[in-house]
Amino acid sequence: MLDDFEMVAGVEVHTELWTKTKIFCGCTTEFGGEQNTHVCPVCLGLPGVLPVLNRQVVEYAIKTGLALNSEIAEFSKFDRKNYYYPDLPKNFQTSQYDLPICIGGHVEIEVDGVKKKVGITRAHMEEDAGKLVHSGATISTSDTSFVDYNRTGVPLLEIVSEPDLRSIDETVAYLEKLVQILEYIEVSDCKMEQGSVRFDINVSLRPIGSDKLGTRTETKNLNSFSSVRRCLEYEIERQAEVLREGGKVSQETRTWDEAKGITLSLRSKEEAHDYRYFPEPDLVPMLIDREWVERVRQTLPELPDARRLRLMGLGLSDYDAGVIINSKALAEFFDAALAQFNDAKTLVNWVTGDFLGTLKAKGLPVQLSPVNPEGLAELLNLVAKGTINGKIAKSVLEEMFATGKGAAQIVQDKGLVQISDEGAIAAIVTQVIEANPQSVADFKAGKERAIGFLVGQVMKASKGKANPGLVNKLLQEQLAQL
Amino acid sequence: MTLTELTAHELHDRLSRKETSAVEIARAFTQRIEAVEDSVQAYNLLTGERAMAQAEAIDAKLARGESIGALAGIPMALKDNMCTEGIPTTCSSKMLQNFVPPYNATVVERLAEAGSVVLGKLNMDEFAMGSSTENSAFKQTCNPWDLARVPGGSSGGAVASVAADEAVFSLGSDTGGSIRQPAAFCGVVGLKPTYGYVSRYGLIAFASSLDQIGPITKDVTDCALVMNTIAGHDPKDSTSAPVDTPDFTKYLVNDIKGLRVGIPQEYFGSGLEPEVAAVIKAAIAKLEELGAIVDECSMPHTEYAMPTYYLIAPAECSSNLARYDGVSYGYRTEGATDIINMFKKTRSEGFGPEVKRRIMLGTYALSSGYYDAYYLKALKVRTLIKQDFDRAFAKFDVLLSPTAPTAAFKFGEKSANPLAMYMSDICTVPANLAGIPAISVPCGFANGLPVGMHLMGKAFDEGTLLRASYTFEQNTEHHKAKPKLGVS
Repeated sequence: MLDDFEMVAGVEVHTELWTKTKIFCGCTTEFGGEQNTHVCPVCLGLPGVLPVLNRQVVEYAIKTGLALNSEIAEFSKFDRKNYYYPDLPKNFQTSQYDLPICIGGHVEIEVDGVKKKVGITRAHMEEDAGKLVHSGATISTSDTSFVDYNRTGVPLLEIVSEPDLRSIDETVAYLEKLVQILEYIEVSDCKMEQGSVRFDINVSLRPIGSDKLGTRTETKNLNSFSSVRRCLEYEIERQAEVLREGGKVSQETRTWDEAKGITLSLRSKEEAHDYRYFPEPDLVPMLIDREWVERVRQTLPELPDARRLRLMGLGLSDYDAGVIINSKALAEFFDAALAQFNDAKTLVNWVTGDFLGTLKAKGLPVQLSPVNPEGLAELLNLVAKGTINGKIAKSVLEEMFATGKGAAQIVQDKGLVQISDEGAIAAIVTQVIEANPQSVADFKAGKERAIGFLVGQVMKASKGKANPGLVNKLLQEQLAQL
Repeated sequence: MTLTELTAHELHDRLSRKETSAVEIARAFTQRIEAVEDSVQAYNLLTGERAMAQAEAIDAKLARGESIGALAGIPMALKDNMCTEGIPTTCSSKMLQNFVPPYNATVVERLAEAGSVVLGKLNMDEFAMGSSTENSAFKQTCNPWDLARVPGGSSGGAVASVAADEAVFSLGSDTGGSIRQPAAFCGVVGLKPTYGYVSRYGLIAFASSLDQIGPITKDVTDCALVMNTIAGHDPKDSTSAPVDTPDFTKYLVNDIKGLRVGIPQEYFGSGLEPEVAAVIKAAIAKLEELGAIVDECSMPHTEYAMPTYYLIAPAECSSNLARYDGVSYGYRTEGATDIINMFKKTRSEGFGPEVKRRIMLGTYALSSGYYDAYYLKALKVRTLIKQDFDRAFAKFDVLLSPTAPTAAFKFGEKSANPLAMYMSDICTVPANLAGIPAISVPCGFANGLPVGMHLMGKAFDEGTLLRASYTFEQNTEHHKAKPKLGVS
């Protein structure tokens, strides 16, 4: 970070909404179809076609607004944003200008233990553009360019933040939190690698202590948190250098070169588009019924912050609760397991430890885990009842991942039931003491660590099945009697 | 009387009584077109083979003893801005000369369901911008009453084809008078329905908030029959009104006793030709004689209708026509150097001067720094104009004016002066701004040229317009006059 300047950033987040069909026609929104197969006269913008608004888009926008603490407009409309680009078949984008569907709101973030509310300015609905495929690197250096209109008309929600972000960490924390909320409320698949979520970053610098905003730049179309981080690192250093040399940052739109790790000027303020917004005459304004908003509110799931507080109420640490709620899938896994094994603290140790570790090693997402929540709960219940000990449980879990079999089944098949019979364990202890006179002598001479070796020998002799507590107790007793 | 001179309802009666066949009717029209089209030049494209197949299908139905709808087997034609699947739809523009839509406009679907026989696509001012059809990139359509004169516009081909008996009826589109003004110039009936009554899906847009498709017919009865087929809610058009449509023929009642007719003084201004004024005056007298209660009224914002229209319509057009860029269909320039150059050259070469003029006007009106002074102000004045109508309709059932201040003018007479051309729509534009229905009905002749009586009604009250027009028609002979085209 800089020590002479403070950064001020705001972000525009474009998220594709997870509807089955496009915003103004019946074409599928599915990603990755053969080029120009998910198209019809309407999304191709052919002469004479008219848009018909997909109600689900509005519902998802309302749901997002509610999750972001926004006010849902009672009266909202679409406008045309006019500009020429070959990925835009009508050469205007149907978007929202002065009467967006969501007004205001905030998202709470936490960086280094400090909580902060980041303001939301607005969120509005619009249509996505198509995709250009160039024969060269860019449109201006290519002999030929092709357009794939499959993405044209996929619904987007653009969520605009206030310029409330003061560090790179805050910016990334805000974006992570926002994406987490979108994932929780299931309005977007949030597949960033497929461009489902894209970020435009506005950033400026000002001398520390100043309350005047500096001149900002906007860098468009970043599609990962790490790109945002790298882009901001580059851009604020670039701006700082300009300012330190007594220069002025020019207000402009920039683009991020992922390979080179630099931002490049795209167009200056003077070259900025005049979008000539005006109300979309082919759509009627929307009157958004309050009853509808309330019905949507009822469908909101428990949001990440509320979930974290509930888990902390069950005794989880702030850190562990954070790990669990980070992904909705993991949080749901945790809750489902908790329903059948009610020791949250033990559960979280297993989930964040062996369970996630194994998944990570196998490169699997939670959704594709071979061990389901009920299976994990079954295993932990076997430990709790003393049927198996913790060490055996770890190997059983491995076996569960490998074979998909249930915990009780594995324990039974492999004869892994814990030995808690004092007589049986005492006999093994006696044998081990007899077989290891040197260790016994060491222990007697005050080498406390020697008992660890003896415990290990007992466990080994019992094939790991001996109840470790009893082994410790009986070993101590017999040694004391020598 | 030859088949081509008959109305749709007369032809329907003959078909139902099996006095003729759909094929015979279609053939008669093909021959008529062959005889007069060289003089009239109404059609951009003839679809004779398809028409004959459609006619045969209707005859087959009749042969099976099935009953047929009012428009079944009736030959008609479409203004060339309504999309027809597999049939070129050009808007009389070089830009769309080779454009073949992959889909049908909703009105085309409805006519197909009704069994109408489509003869072809009709010439127009390019992208429906103009009042004389001289702005067509392809041909000059002539007024059948005087081949040296324009048929009016922009639906010039649609109107000339009906006037010259080259079609029984046609569909036109009306953004500022493009059905009614040419209907007046060519002596036929033209209705611009209430905005939202007829689906715009598949109508190539000029100005979305003003465009409306409507019938061009030989009499008022046919107008009602065509409305029965084309009007009604369409889920593909969000601006289509979710209202039930009546049977429009129930308004064909020969009685206007007590009908309150308002005469807005502002529509009788200085540009009105005295001969036209005299014909309108006689028509008013006729209505009074038939029992209407006529009174003068004032609509104070009328003088702002033209400037308002020439901000709103070009603004919408500048955006609607932005899609013609040469990327995926339509005209594309040869040898562009880069993408921006391709856009510029394609649009410079593909559009004619009037279209370019309006795109520039509209782009300017929507530009940052000018929006409030022009476009936003125009929207506000549009509301005032609507309020003028609301006040007038509190006192009157219909408002009457000339359809156009002059009769048909000569080729070239106004084409050099866009403002003079624009004034040809001075009486028709307000109805588009207010979204209300308006009809032009033949009401006499000025120097041998047809004159239209313009009636404006309340939104969705086409019924009253039809009743007034029908009563006038039943008690006059103007609609029976035929142009002499030098052929029999």
